[in-house]
Amino acid sequence: MHLPRIVPASSLEDRPQPAVVLTGIEELDALTGGLPRGALSEICGPASSGRSSVLLALMSAMTRNHEFCALVDASDSFDPQSAAAAGVDLRRVLWIRCSKKSVVEGRRSMAIIGKNAALGHRPSAIDSVEQALKATDLLLQGGGFGLVVVDLADIPAAAARRIPLTSWFRFRRAVEHTPAVLAMLEQEPYAKTCASVVLKLSAISSQFSARLQAAGCGLQENQPAHAKVLGGLRITAEVVRSAAQGKKPARSTAVWKSRTAWAG
Amino acid sequence: MFAAIYIPDFPVEAIVRAEPPLREHAVAVIEGMPPLVHVVAVNEKAADAGVEPGMTKLQAEERLSARERSSEREAAAHAALLDCACGFSPRVEDTAADTVLLDVGGLERIFGPPAKLARDIARRCSELGLEANVAVASNADTAMLAARGFPGVTVIPPGKEAERLGELAVDVLCGARAPACAESQTGEGASATQSLELLDTLERWGVRNLRALAALPEVALSERLGQEGLRLQKLARGATPRPLVVAEPPLRFEEAMELEYPVDLLEPLSFLLNRMLEQLCARLAARALATNEIRLKFVLEITEACQIAELSNCGIEENDATNNSAIPQFGNSAVFTRTLRLPVPMLDAKVFLKLIQLDLQANPPQAPVTKIWVAAEPAEPRRAQDGLFVPAAPDPERLELTIARINKVVVPPDEKNCRFPGDSSRNQQSFSDNQKCISEPRVGSPEILDTHRRDAFRMQPFSGAGAVARSAKRVARVSEPGTRVEDPRHSVTALRVFRPPLVVTITLRDARPAHFACPDRPAWRGSIVWCAGPWRSSGEWWTEQVWSRAEWDIAVQNEEGVAVYRVFRDEIAGKWFVEGSYD
Repeated sequence: MHLPRIVPASSLEDRPQPAVVLTGIEELDALTGGLPRGALSEICGPASSGRSSVLLALMSAMTRNHEFCALVDASDSFDPQSAAAAGVDLRRVLWIRCSKKSVVEGRRSMAIIGKNAALGHRPSAIDSVEQALKATDLLLQGGGFGLVVVDLADIPAAAARRIPLTSWFRFRRAVEHTPAVLAMLEQEPYAKTCASVVLKLSAISSQFSARLQAAGCGLQENQPAHAKVLGGLRITAEVVRSAAQGKKPARSTAVWKSRTAWAG
Repeated sequence: MFAAIYIPDFPVEAIVRAEPPLREHAVAVIEGMPPLVHVVAVNEKAADAGVEPGMTKLQAEERLSARERSSEREAAAHAALLDCACGFSPRVEDTAADTVLLDVGGLERIFGPPAKLARDIARRCSELGLEANVAVASNADTAMLAARGFPGVTVIPPGKEAERLGELAVDVLCGARAPACAESQTGEGASATQSLELLDTLERWGVRNLRALAALPEVALSERLGQEGLRLQKLARGATPRPLVVAEPPLRFEEAMELEYPVDLLEPLSFLLNRMLEQLCARLAARALATNEIRLKFVLEITEACQIAELSNCGIEENDATNNSAIPQFGNSAVFTRTLRLPVPMLDAKVFLKLIQLDLQANPPQAPVTKIWVAAEPAEPRRAQDGLFVPAAPDPERLELTIARINKVVVPPDEKNCRFPGDSSRNQQSFSDNQKCISEPRVGSPEILDTHRRDAFRMQPFSGAGAVARSAKRVARVSEPGTRVEDPRHSVTALRVFRPPLVVTITLRDARPAHFACPDRPAWRGSIVWCAGPWRSSGEWWTEQVWSRAEWDIAVQNEEGVAVYRVFRDEIAGKWFVEGSYD
C-alpha cells in the first residue's frame, strides 16, 4: 500500500523564480546568475576590494536599461566622474548624500515661532547611519526605482553592527513583490538571513606577495614612479549565500580585473 | 445664444467662498471709514433678520456679527467666476464684478441643450465656491437681466424675451449700462446716475415692472426721458442684440486671505492653505491647466523693533511696495516668501499642501502670520505616454513628496535654508542681495562640470520623467579627455571620494612616498608598497580659487591588507591629502 505523497507546507505556494539583473561583469554574472529583483543583496569587503566597481557596473547596466537608480550614500563618497566613466547615466541617478553632521528631527508640534517649538518637544539627533536607513525606508515606500543601493562601505563595522535586525526585516518586506533590486555595500554582512545574495569581495592583498606581483594588475614594479600607471584592480568574489542556488552553491568564487578609466 | 452668470450679494459671496461654514449663517458686509461704517451687502438670512444695506455698523451688529469688506477676496472670487466662464466658452465678456456673459452659440454638441449647459455652469460655479444665478437667452442683455432677476437656472426661448422679462421689477435695470465701447470713464458714472434717476421717475409714474415699461409709447417716452429711457425700454423688451465685448482676462491664479487674528501654529495655517490650494486647483482645472510653481507669501506681525533684525537674518524681506507690487501695502510688517518649483506640471492640492507643510516645517516663519497670499503659475498639463517595453518611471507626485521627506531627514539645520543656489530651482527661499546661499544640495542628480578641477560637479533637481523624456539612449560621458570607456563589459575601477579630503602625513624617500599615515583614521597607516606619479595639474590661476596639485596613486600595506589610495600634495598650501580610495 502506497501512502500519498505528503506535500510540505513550504511547497504549497508555487513561487516563480525571481527576475534577476545582470551586473554586466561576465564572471560575476556567471557566478551569481545576477542579483534578484524584489530581494536584498549584500556586497561586502574591505577597502579596495572592488565593491564600488561592482556597484558602478550594476548602475551602468540599470541605466542602460532605462531604469532609475537611487543611491543612499551614508558617507558622501560617490564619485560622479568614476560613474560617468563606467557608463552610468547620471540623470537617472538619485543621489542622497547623508550629512556627517547630526540632523535634528523636524518639529512635529507644528509650531512656527521658535519659542513655541521648545515647549514640550525635544528634538533628537540622528547620525548618518540612521539618515541612510530612514531615506531607504522612504525610497522603498515611494517606489519607482529599479535599483536602490545603500552605501555603508565606509561606516565603521561597530556602528553598522548596531543596526537592529528589525530594520533588515523591514527592508526585505518592503522590497518584496516589487521590481526593485535592493543592494547594500558593507564591510561585512549584517543582514543575516534577510539577504538573498551575499557576495564577499577580497582585497588585493590576498592575491599578492609582500613584493607585490604586478603582472596581474598592471602595477609595474621595476619602472620609475612617473612611468607607472594604475591599470586596475584584480577582484575576487565569493558567494557566501545565494537563496536561488541553495545553501551550497556549486561554484563559489570568480576572479576578474577591473580597469581604470585611463587604462588602455 | 448667450449665457449670463450673476452672483447675487457678491461681497457676501466673496467672503463666504473663503469661509464655507458662514454660508449657513446670517452675514452682513460693512465698509467705510469710522464713524461712517455702513452695511453694503447682506445675504438672505441677514435680510430675514432685518439687516439691510445702508444700515450703520452698530445697527447691524445688534442682530449679527458683521464682516469687513475684502477687496482681495472679491478679486479672487471674480477671477474664479471668469475661470468658470472660460471653461465653457472662449468668448467671455467681463461685464461687472458680479456678472459675466458668455457666447454659447454652437456649443450644443459639446455641452448639450441650453438647460443642461446652464445647470453645468451653475454646478461648476458651486464647485468654485460661488452660488450663481445662470440664465440663457438669445441676446446678451436679456440673459443678464434674467440672471439678475430670476434665482437659479433660467432658459428663455427665442421670441419669449419680453414675456419672461415682463414680470421682473424695474430695479433689475439698475446697473444695466451701455456697452463699454460707447462710454468714457466719466461717462460710465454719469450713465449709472442717470439710470437711477430714470428709475426713480418710473417709480413715481407707477411703472413697477418691465412689462409696464415695455408697454409705454416710444415717442412719449423719448420726449420725457430721452435716449436713455428708450434704451431701458429696449432692454425691457429684450430687443437689444449686441456683440459681446470680449476681454482676454490675464491668467492670474491667486488667492489671498486676511486673518482676523495672527496665527502662530502650522496646523491651522495648513487648514487655510488647503482651502486656498483647492480653490486654485479648481480654477486651473476649469481652464484645463496645471501648475509648475506655487508662490507663497505670509505677512508677519512685528511687535518689537528688535525682531526686525532677527527676521532679516532669517532671510525674510521687509515689506517693500516696489518688490511686492502684487499685494497691498501692510504698513509696518514683514513678508515671508517661499517658492515651490515642481519638476513637472501638477494639479494635486494634497501634494502641494504636503510639500508646503514639509517646507514650512524645515523653514518656518519666525513671527505670527496675519495674511496669506498664494499664487500658482499656470502651465500646460504634462502629457506622457508609457511604452509597453520601457520600465516605468517614478510617479512625479510621489517622487516629489519622497524627495521632500528625504531632504527633511538628511539636510542639517544650518543648511535648511538653501536647496539649489544660484538658479531657479525648487524650494529656494528668496534672499536679499547680501545673503548668499552657499551650501551644497544633498538630494538630486549629479552633473559633472566642464573643468579640470577634481570632484567638480553640481547637484541638479532629480526629475525621473524629465530624464525619460529627454533621452532613451545611453549617453556616453567622459570624465577626462581621452578616457572614454567604449566596452561596457569591463568593469571600471571606482574611486571612493573623501569629502572633504583628509589630511595625511607622507614620508618621502628618494622623492617618492614611502610611508602613509592619516591622523583622522589611526588604522590607515603603513608603508607604501607601490606608487605611481606625480601627475601635476593646476587651474583657475586667474581667479581666487586657484589650485595646483601633484597626484600620486599609492598602495599601502596596513593591518587589514593592501589598500589603494589617491593622494595629492596641495602645492599652494604645502600639505598632503588623501582624495579617495580605489575600490
